[in-house]
Parts: sequence; structure tokens; C-alpha cells
Amino acid sequence: MTANAWLLVLLQSVLFLLGAPLLVAWVRRVKARLQNRRGAAWSQPYRDLYKLFGKETLVAHTASGVFRAAPYIVFASTLLACTVVPLITVRLPSAAVADVIVLVGFLALGRFFLALAGMDVGTAFGGMGSSREMLISALAEPAMLLAVFTLAMTAHSTNLASVIDHQLASGLILRPSYLFALMGLVLVAVAETGRIPIDNPTTHLELTMIHEAMILEYSGRHLALMEWAAQLKLMLYGVLIVNVFLPWGIGTQLTLPALASGLLFVIGKLLLLGVILAVAETGLAKMRLFRAPAFLNLALLLALLGLLSNVILEAGA
Amino acid sequence: MNALLLTVTLPLAGGLLLAVVRSLRVAGWLNLAFCLAGLITSLVLAGQVLHHGELVGYSFHVDAFNVYLVVLTTFVGFTTAIFSRPYMAHVCQEGWVSERRMRLYHAMFQGFLFTMLLALTTDNLGVLWVSVEGATLATVLLVSLYRTPEAVEAAWKYFILCGVGIALALFGTVLVYFAAQHALADPRQGLSWMALYAESAHLHPAVMAIAFVFLLVGYGTKVGLVPLHNWLPDAHSEGPTPMSAVLSGLLLNVALYAVVRFKMLVDGALANTENAAVAGHLMMGFGLISFLVASLFLHRQRDIKRMFSYSSIEHMGMMTFAFGIGGPLATFAGLLHMLVHSLTKSAIFVTVGHVSHIAGTQVIEHIRGMIRTQPAVGWGLLLGVAAIAGFPPFGVFTSEFLLLSATMDSWPWLTSLLLFGLVVAFAGLFRYLHPMVYGKAPEGQQAVTANMLPVMLHLLLVLALGIAIPAFLSHWLDQATWLIAGSHLL
Amino acid sequence: MNLVQLSLLEQAVFVLAALILFLSFTLLAQSRLVSGIHVFAWQGAVLAGATALVAASGAHHLFISAGLTLLLKALLIPWMLHRQVRKLELERHVETLPHAALVLMGGAALVIFSYWVVVPIERLELLATRNIISLSLAVVLLGLLIMVTRRQAVTQVIGFMSMENGLFLAAVAATHGMPLVVELGVAFDVLVAAVLFGVFFLHISESIDSLDTDRLNRLAVPEDEP
Repeated sequence: MTANAWLLVLLQSVLFLLGAPLLVAWVRRVKARLQNRRGAAWSQPYRDLYKLFGKETLVAHTASGVFRAAPYIVFASTLLACTVVPLITVRLPSAAVADVIVLVGFLALGRFFLALAGMDVGTAFGGMGSSREMLISALAEPAMLLAVFTLAMTAHSTNLASVIDHQLASGLILRPSYLFALMGLVLVAVAETGRIPIDNPTTHLELTMIHEAMILEYSGRHLALMEWAAQLKLMLYGVLIVNVFLPWGIGTQLTLPALASGLLFVIGKLLLLGVILAVAETGLAKMRLFRAPAFLNLALLLALLGLLSNVILEAGA
Repeated sequence: MNALLLTVTLPLAGGLLLAVVRSLRVAGWLNLAFCLAGLITSLVLAGQVLHHGELVGYSFHVDAFNVYLVVLTTFVGFTTAIFSRPYMAHVCQEGWVSERRMRLYHAMFQGFLFTMLLALTTDNLGVLWVSVEGATLATVLLVSLYRTPEAVEAAWKYFILCGVGIALALFGTVLVYFAAQHALADPRQGLSWMALYAESAHLHPAVMAIAFVFLLVGYGTKVGLVPLHNWLPDAHSEGPTPMSAVLSGLLLNVALYAVVRFKMLVDGALANTENAAVAGHLMMGFGLISFLVASLFLHRQRDIKRMFSYSSIEHMGMMTFAFGIGGPLATFAGLLHMLVHSLTKSAIFVTVGHVSHIAGTQVIEHIRGMIRTQPAVGWGLLLGVAAIAGFPPFGVFTSEFLLLSATMDSWPWLTSLLLFGLVVAFAGLFRYLHPMVYGKAPEGQQAVTANMLPVMLHLLLVLALGIAIPAFLSHWLDQATWLIAGSHLL
Repeated sequence: MNLVQLSLLEQAVFVLAALILFLSFTLLAQSRLVSGIHVFAWQGAVLAGATALVAASGAHHLFISAGLTLLLKALLIPWMLHRQVRKLELERHVETLPHAALVLMGGAALVIFSYWVVVPIERLELLATRNIISLSLAVVLLGLLIMVTRRQAVTQVIGFMSMENGLFLAAVAATHGMPLVVELGVAFDVLVAAVLFGVFFLHISESIDSLDTDRLNRLAVPEDEP
């Protein structure tokens, strides 16, 4: 049974790896439709990755070992983070051994090496991107932790599986703290995954780019890994949001029908989230960089309010 | 009952009528007539209450405590109207105020009296709040009547500060209503003061204690308690003089009346807890601080009206302190002080109106030699200040003496603070008074047509109260003392 | 009394109450005058929604009050403010917010403070409403904070009115509404106050040629020079 369960972890990782490009493709297609374009084919992100893996990998003369190792570390830490978040079932052994703080830790590790790699070569753009990334993450991380603690306070556990279990067991309760935590987490997700209005994943405009600036020097399979890790991160945040706040439909037993329905539900929820993201990105304009702190302060404030309203309104001491 | 309804509705009708009367002359006389009618009906009402006990009905509730304030209100309203008629006519002639704004003035004067009387007589704590807020709204445009930048600033300050204060008071009222929901058999009666008073022992003590803090801060802003007093000197100094007289003489009293009414409820609710006297202690603290701070500030004033408004803060602090001590003696002293302070202070403001008219300024340095230019006004100022400072034959002395004895009884150490404050205030007032009254009059300073009748009337009353309080009045005050403090003094 | 034990309708009231608090914070951080007015209008609308929900859960007389709130707080007063702003040509006005982050932290501290204030109310059946009271107290105090930290007369008025929103929330959610006479009286006072504020904007801008209340300082000067 345990062996089977660990097989499930493997299955989830594969699902993440395959699903992440698909989610990106879906968002791009919806966006294209909203902008009256036809958009690229479904398979485009896969083809891009395939192409990049096949290309020659060039490394700058000034690059050190960090530059070479970073893509692997970033990719691995993101993938490990993905195994912590229950995708189709809550009975996940990996989710049982690692809680949400580990998740935040994995993401921080990946980000740390990403920023190091950006500075390693010594180009102007890389350093700029790293400094911007650090500015944003320094503000986003506390907000994310506060939001997550709000959930943890209700469930009395920092384990994501327990949080989801608690949600499922108590049925539909309108919790103000969940509302605030959700809003805070959405803002953090937008900032962390580099979407509009913080960053624009489709341009290389030198004045504003953050994520693209850091990976500007990469090519070949290094670049493929970096891109893939970014796609994984988008999906990770998406799954985190839909499964923690709207866990209904996720499998609670390790039976085949439960897993299948869990898969269907999560696909449905992610597709819906993708539409919302596409609509939001079409409607919003990118912010000037120096307004990003204000944006993230809002996230922090929301998360803090979530915590406060949990204490004031819900604990009922 | 009819007398009560007439007393309350007369100013309302007057306000509506005066809003449409175009002629300034007619408006002045009409204003006076309405005030006189209000005074007569309130006297009838007082007679009824004195003979037959408290009057209840139509959500009104008149007992010995508020009926004497009703009479005081209509009386001061009446005498101020006597003063205001020629004074405002003069102001209008000078061209400071347009005729249209005079209509606003007269309408709002009556509107203000209406809100005051409604606040005093209503049994509903919500209506009490609405009418005290209404009083702010009625007077705020009068403070800025002259439309000088200073007046607009004073009015804005008054509006914002009192608005904030009164909002906190509403929060306190909501909390009281909240406590009532869980204590009263019929929760819909939760804002009726009488229903609450009857059941006050069952009100949740913690809720009532929190509510009282908000109510004290809220209504205390209107009383002019430090540190929320900033609006008061500004509003008094920049508004037209009759407004200063009624603000000082009436509005502050009514706000204090509200605080005392709530204190009675809170004392009932907290009677059996370990901090039973917390409401009284809060009032004592705020009162004493206001009293001391205001006496010190008296020394720093350059504007004569500002100086007397600080004196008002000082006296309101003293009354708050007196009601805070509780007990029959202190309560009696507080009630008497309310009465004599209103009479004296409105007399002073009326005199100051004439003084600044003669000198053409409100700056103390330029006011000189009043008694030479116009002896009546000079003497009025001298006697008024002597009375407010607490010189013996006047009524203020009596009430301050009673208060000092009460303090000596219960909090002996605080007596020294009170005495210190009294001496400081005394020095502050007389430091400026002497040159204003006796100094050398500037060239060309001329007497004006002054109507000193209201001043003399008020000061005579205060003098009479200082020499001997008539039996019916002492009986009256004693009834009120019994209501508030729970036992008779006499 | 935990949130779990309440009905879904009451939970929704809690959520809306929390949203009102959030909108107060948004007002606190909002530097654009016109956006501030919009946020204030939204706060009024949410308040009306909360009132309607309380009315639906039993206190039917509150429907009148909900309608009144919607009309007054969400439509009429914002419209009046907007008109004033247009008249005074302040539509593009952006205020500088000194110590914005500090002010927000202060706001959070006020929320904690207001919780601390009501903690002594500990009779069991009062708990759910006690929490709402602490929330509305927080809204009141945040309104106060807006008035203290801002200089613009219009923003001060918005702070004042959002204070009143907090009071309404307390009255509606904690006590199921005050008697109708009082509600009407309060609404009337608010309306008159709003009109008077409009008059004052004109007077202030006439007398000092701006709506920056820091420049209303003539009365402070004489006291400083003895």
C-alpha cells in the first residue's frame, strides 16, 4: 500500500510536469481569443521545450559553476514543491511528511539560485532582474506566509492535507479570514509567477522585465529547464489556490474512481482559473515597477486582515 | 403636558416662520416674541412638575432634574434674544452680514433652542443624540456667519471635532442599546431612559462601562473637556456674540446633562461590581484636568472672547468633577453651579459684545477704559467677572464653596488642587480686567446704545442666589439631587 | 459561540462586515481623491448589503434602513462629493501620504486595540455580536485615523462618513437596528451634515483658495506669541 502511495506521488509529479505547459497553452489561447487572435496550437509549449532541449547549450566565459547548476536546482526544487501540494487526492504521503513551510522553503531555494544565476554572468540585465526579483519576493514571502498561517490557524495544522481535510469536514462556511487569505494569496501568486500587472511573461522590454532578465543568458536545455520550472510554478500556485480554498471534488480515498473524479475536478477548476487569469491579464495594464511594493503591501495587508479576522471573528475565545 | 409640547414645538414653529420672514425688523421682534412665549410655557411646565411630580408621555420625560434646565434654557434664550435684536441690527447695518444671512441667523437661533429643549425633555437616548447633533448642525453655520477666513476655520474645526465626538457618543449609545437587548423584557424599549433606569441593575456591567467611556468622550467633546476642547474657544470667539452667549450658557450644559443621565445608568449597572465608581472617577479625572488646564490657559489669551471661553471650559470641568464625586452635597453643588454659571457667563458674553462694539476690536490690549467711556458696560464687565471668579456675595461663590466642602469630605487631597486652580483662574481673569475697565480710554472712543437690561437681570439673579436661595428653588434642586445621587441633601 | 454555529446568512453578514473593514483600509491607503470617493461608495453599498442580510434573517424592519443606506451612503453622498470635486476642479488631485506604511500598521494596531476593548464582554450568548462590535469599532477608529492623517478637506469628510458607516454597522449587526425614529433622525443628520460639508468646501476654498486644511491655521497663531 505505501509503495503504491509513493507511486501516486510519482504520478502526481508526472501530471504536474505534463500539465504545466498545457495550462500555459490554455491561458495563451484564451487570451488570444479575447484579443481576437487565433492563438498558437495546444502543443506549442511542448514543441518549444522539445526544441530547446535539442539545441546547443551555450555558456558565457565569465560564468561559474553556479550558472550551470542553477537550472537543475531551480527545476528540482520547484518539482519537489509540487509534490507537497495535493493535486488529485489528499492521501498523499509526500504531503504528509512536508508541510506548507517546506513548500515556501522549496520555492525560496529555487528563487535564491535563480537570482544568483542572474547575477553570475555579470551582465547589466541579469543583475537588474535579480535585484527586482528580490525586492518583490522580500515583500511577497511574508504575505504568503501570513495567508498560509491564517488557514493553519483554522485547521490547527500547517499541513496542507490537514487543512484541506478540515475544509472538507466542516462543509461550506463563509469565513472572512479565508476570503482575505484567498485575495492575498492571489496577489502573491500573480507577483511570484511574474504575470501582469507585476511582470509580463511575453515581452523582453528592458525597462520592466524581471523574470526574463534573469534568464536572458541561458540557452538550450538550461533555458528549457528554466522555462519549464516557471510553468510548473504557475500551475503550483493555481493548484494551491483551487485545492485549498475550494477543495470539493478532490479524492479522499485511494480508489480509482476517487482519483479519476479528483483529476477531472482539478482540471475543471484549473481551466476556470486559467480563464479568469486570461481575462484579468487582458483587462489590466502592467504597473510601473515602483508601484509593485504598493501592490504587495496590499497583499500583506489582506493576509494580515485575514489573520486578524480569524482571531476576532472566528476564534470566539 | 400641553405646556411641555408647546415649550418644545414653539421654537420649531418659530424657526420655520423666521426662515421665510424677509423684514429684519419684524424678524428681530418675532424672535423675541417666540422666546418670551417659550419662557412662559416653560414656567407653567415647571409649576406643574413642581406640584405634581414628573411628567411622562409621548416619549417625553420631565423630572426635577431637567425641568430646571428647561427653564434655564428658555430664560437665557429670552434674554439673549433681547440683546440680539438691536445688536444684530447693528451688525447688519455695518454690512458684515447680508440680510439673507440674517434670516438664516434667526431661523437657526430658534432651531438651536428647539434642539436644546428636545434634548433635555426627550426620554429616548437616540433622540437625545440626534438633537445634540442637530444643535451642532444648527450652530455651525452661525459660527461662520461673518465668512471671514477665521470664522470659516473656526466653524470647520467645530464641525469636524464635534462631529467626531458625537459619532463616538453614538457608538456609546449603540452599546447601551446592545446591553438593553439582553436585559429588558421588551427590547424595543432599549433606548428609553426610564425603562433602562428601572432595569439598570441588570445591564451587562462590562458593556455599560465601555459604553460610558465612549459617551463621556463623545458628549465630553461638546462639554469642552480637555483634551477635546480645541473647538470651543474658536467657535466662541469667531461667532456672533449672541451665539457665544447661548453656546456657553446652554449647549455645554445640555451636553453635561447627557453625560450625567448616562452616568446614572452606568452607576446602576456597576453597583455590584468591584469597580462600582469607575464612571465617577473618569468624570472626576477629565473634569479636574479640564479645570486646571483651562485656568492656566486663561493667562495666555489675547482675545477677550477666547479668554471667557477658556473660563467656560474651566467651569464645565468643575461641574464634571462635581458630578463625578457624586453624593448629595457635590451633586447639589454641581446643579447650582450649572445654574449660576449659565446666567453669569451669558451675561458676560452679552457685555463683551458691547465692549468689543465700543472698542471696535476683540483684542484685549486695545480694549481700554470702559468705565470712563460707558460706565454701565464697564460696571457690567467688572461685576460679571467678579461673579464668575467666585467673589463672595455672588452665587458662584456658594456653589464653589459647596463643592470644596464636598471634596474635603471625600477626597481631601484634591481640595488643594481645586484651590490652586481657582486662584490661578482668578489671577488670569483679573490680570487683564483692570486695564480694560479702568485704563486710559483711547482718543475718540465713544459710547454706544447698549441694552444692559439682560446683563443686570442675570447678575441680580446670581447675586440673589448667592445671598439666599429661595425655598422653591432649593426644594427643586434637592429633588434633582435626590434623583441623581439617591439621597436628599436638605 | 463559534462562527461554525451560525447560520449561513449570519456568516455572510460577518464576511460583509470584514469587507467593510477592508474597504476602510483601502480608504486609508488611497491617495486619489476620486478613487477615494468610489471606495467610500462601495463601502456604503456593502453596508447596505449587510443590513439587507440582517433584515432577511428576521429583523424585517431593517429593509427600510438598508434602502436608506443604499440611497444615502452609496449613491447620494458620493454623488454630492463627486459634484463638489468637479466643481472645485480637484478630479486629478492626488494627495501625498506621509508615512503610508506606518499609517497602515497603525490601522492594524487599531483593529487589535478595538478587539482588546471589547474582550471584557464575556457573557456567552453575546460573543458573536461582540466580535461584530469590535469590528465596527475598528471601522470607526480607522475613520478617525483617516481624518487625523489627511489634510484634504474632502478626504476628511470621507473619513467622517466612513466613521458613520462603522456606527451603522454596529447598530445593525449587534442590535438588529435601532428604533426607526432614531434611524431616521440619524439619517437626516447625516444628510444635513453632508450638505453643510458641501457649503463649507466652497467657503474654505474661497477663503484660503485651497482645500488643504493645514492652511487653516490663522487661529492657532495668536496663542503662540504671548
